[in-house]
Amino acid sequence: MAKSLGYPKDISAKMKGAGMERFLKSPNITGWLLASPLALVLALFLILPIILIVVVSFWSATEFSIVPDFSFENYAFLFGSSVTYTVFLNTFKYAAITWAITLILGFTIAYFLAFHVRSQTWQTALFLLCTIPFWTSNIIRMISWIPFLGRNGLANETLISWGVIDAPLEWLLFSDFSVILAFVHLYTLFMVVPIFNTMMRIDRSLLEAATDAGASGFQTLVNVILPLTKPGIMIGSIFVVTLVMGDFITVRFMSGSQSANVGRLISNDIALLQYPSAAATAVVLLGTVLMMISAMLRLVDIRKEL
Amino acid sequence: MSKMRYTRRSMLKTGAAAVAVSALPAPMIWAQDIKDITLRQFGTGVSNLNDVATKVKEDLGFTLEMTALDSDAVTQRAATQPDSFDIADIEYWICKKVWPTGNLQAMDTSKIANYDKIVGIFRNGKLTPESVIAQGTAPHTVGFTSGPGGTDFVAEESGWMTLIPTIYNADTLGIRPDLIGRPIETWAELLNPEFKGKASILDISSIGIMDMAMVCEAMGEIAYADKGNMTTDEIDKTMAIFIEAKKAGQFRAFWKTFDESVNLMASGEVVIQSMWSPAITAVKSQGIPCVYQPLKEGYRSWGGGIGLSKGLSGMALDAAYEYINWYLSGWVGGYLMRQGYYSAVPETSKEFMSADEWGYWFEGKAAAGDILSPTGDKLAGAGDLRDGGAFADRMGRVACWNAVMDENQYMVRKWNEFIAA
Repeated sequence: MAKSLGYPKDISAKMKGAGMERFLKSPNITGWLLASPLALVLALFLILPIILIVVVSFWSATEFSIVPDFSFENYAFLFGSSVTYTVFLNTFKYAAITWAITLILGFTIAYFLAFHVRSQTWQTALFLLCTIPFWTSNIIRMISWIPFLGRNGLANETLISWGVIDAPLEWLLFSDFSVILAFVHLYTLFMVVPIFNTMMRIDRSLLEAATDAGASGFQTLVNVILPLTKPGIMIGSIFVVTLVMGDFITVRFMSGSQSANVGRLISNDIALLQYPSAAATAVVLLGTVLMMISAMLRLVDIRKEL
Repeated sequence: MSKMRYTRRSMLKTGAAAVAVSALPAPMIWAQDIKDITLRQFGTGVSNLNDVATKVKEDLGFTLEMTALDSDAVTQRAATQPDSFDIADIEYWICKKVWPTGNLQAMDTSKIANYDKIVGIFRNGKLTPESVIAQGTAPHTVGFTSGPGGTDFVAEESGWMTLIPTIYNADTLGIRPDLIGRPIETWAELLNPEFKGKASILDISSIGIMDMAMVCEAMGEIAYADKGNMTTDEIDKTMAIFIEAKKAGQFRAFWKTFDESVNLMASGEVVIQSMWSPAITAVKSQGIPCVYQPLKEGYRSWGGGIGLSKGLSGMALDAAYEYINWYLSGWVGGYLMRQGYYSAVPETSKEFMSADEWGYWFEGKAAAGDILSPTGDKLAGAGDLRDGGAFADRMGRVACWNAVMDENQYMVRKWNEFIAA
């Protein structure tokens, strides 16, 4: 790093003299300069668009054009409509259920990988196995459930041939069940990876100490491993919750367009050229998700425990 | 390059336009320059066919770039990004929304060689002199504007067209006769509890609401003054009926894209649903029985046309007119008619179809031999009849045109309620 910085420093020193060199060498400035590319990128591609969305959310719209304005109409409609509350509630429901299931699955898988599989080769191999579904696109993984779960799909036909059921189960597809199934399938890995990562950092001598002190396997899990894995759990949870809260395509496909979440509300508005109303919904969603994340970060200090 | 263009433009100015265009020899004047022209066309999947682009290159020499989008995205792009396209292939109800933005330019009908042969539906609204004009956004009501710069619509044939009609059809419900096992005759069957969990409707609000209205009217629940322009009260009543049905589990799913509708029907998830003609063809070509069921209340019809971006000028504009004239000259019409759509100038398409194809698709006669799609799939065998019969029987029984309502925003909000219910 220091070496690459050397060239511009030399050039500027020659041109501007020793004063400039001292200025650039001061640790404060170097820090600012090092941070500035990222800050610039974030400002340009994150902060600016968000500001734009907030600005547009106060505009008004006619059927095919949007008009700069400062009106609270979009928000008034949003908070005044029962659809908004139904849809937000539905989104929270998806997020909560998906979070709970991916957490249990993710923790179990990570625990198995980290503590039960002894050989490093196998650990790597099994971990890679977990990522195989991610070699194809998100949409493909989701859509492939549709023929499987359908009325005449593989799942129903197998169950019927086993004599478990007499008639096809209708709720397998185009239902909340299929939506959550797809979410779990899509996002469990986001839980596995950070939890696995923190588990691998746990000092094994702590486990030995726990055993020596007479703790049972379950006691070690609850009192030693779980607390030490918290940062991983929290990072995974943030991934899963934000992904589910912001999703629209999974809900659309897996519910057969019959259920709505906030993302679909926004996409419908955009499709009908109601950008200001879409922006207002997006701002409310963003606020909600930020509040959720800050609440989660209160529970665990990720930086301290990493 | 500019020299060539001036030659042609001055020719047009001197009034030789009609002669030059109708004789169609124009390519020889600017054959060199035209190769460099690229026209960007976007539209819904129905007529954005790569085969058309290939044939354009072959017949006219210039390049046509096609982008296929869904109806919502098409509207959005036509209304907000006029610089992103040269030719918009849109539906008439979209035109009603987009035209007032001024993003499209009026077309001079004197430059359209086959203008006089365009079906009456697109000119005075009447298929035959006795026809009654259906409810909704009938194409001729948004087909003409007052002049070159007009952003209004005029009732008469003013000589300035907003869209050149290209393709249209009459839509109805698609059914799986093998899974239903009895005749279906009315739109009301969509909400028949017999098909609980096996019905579907399309999730494109502006079209879905029409299908809903056809159903409610057929059930005798609501009498509409104009299904294409409902009052808020009518919208409320319609939605109430469908929300109740949705909560009772009548619908298996809703669909938004062509392939979704095909999959729902082909997999047997759904046995009755709103559907588009080529989707029926797609299901049939998998060897699965599927009927585009004519219903006693009539059809919900739609029409599409191509409009020119306001940014088109000079030689590109001339090329666009060239393209339009070529479009109406028969090859595309024949291609589309063999897919089950109708061409705006059927008589020119006839020359590009076999007598058997013409008889089957247009005249409603029994097929003498195999009827193939333009891509070579077998769609019907000897003795088969087209669902709904002849052109006049189908287009003559239109109950309502796809439309955009005055209360559109209210309707859309209600639609969101329906989806979230």
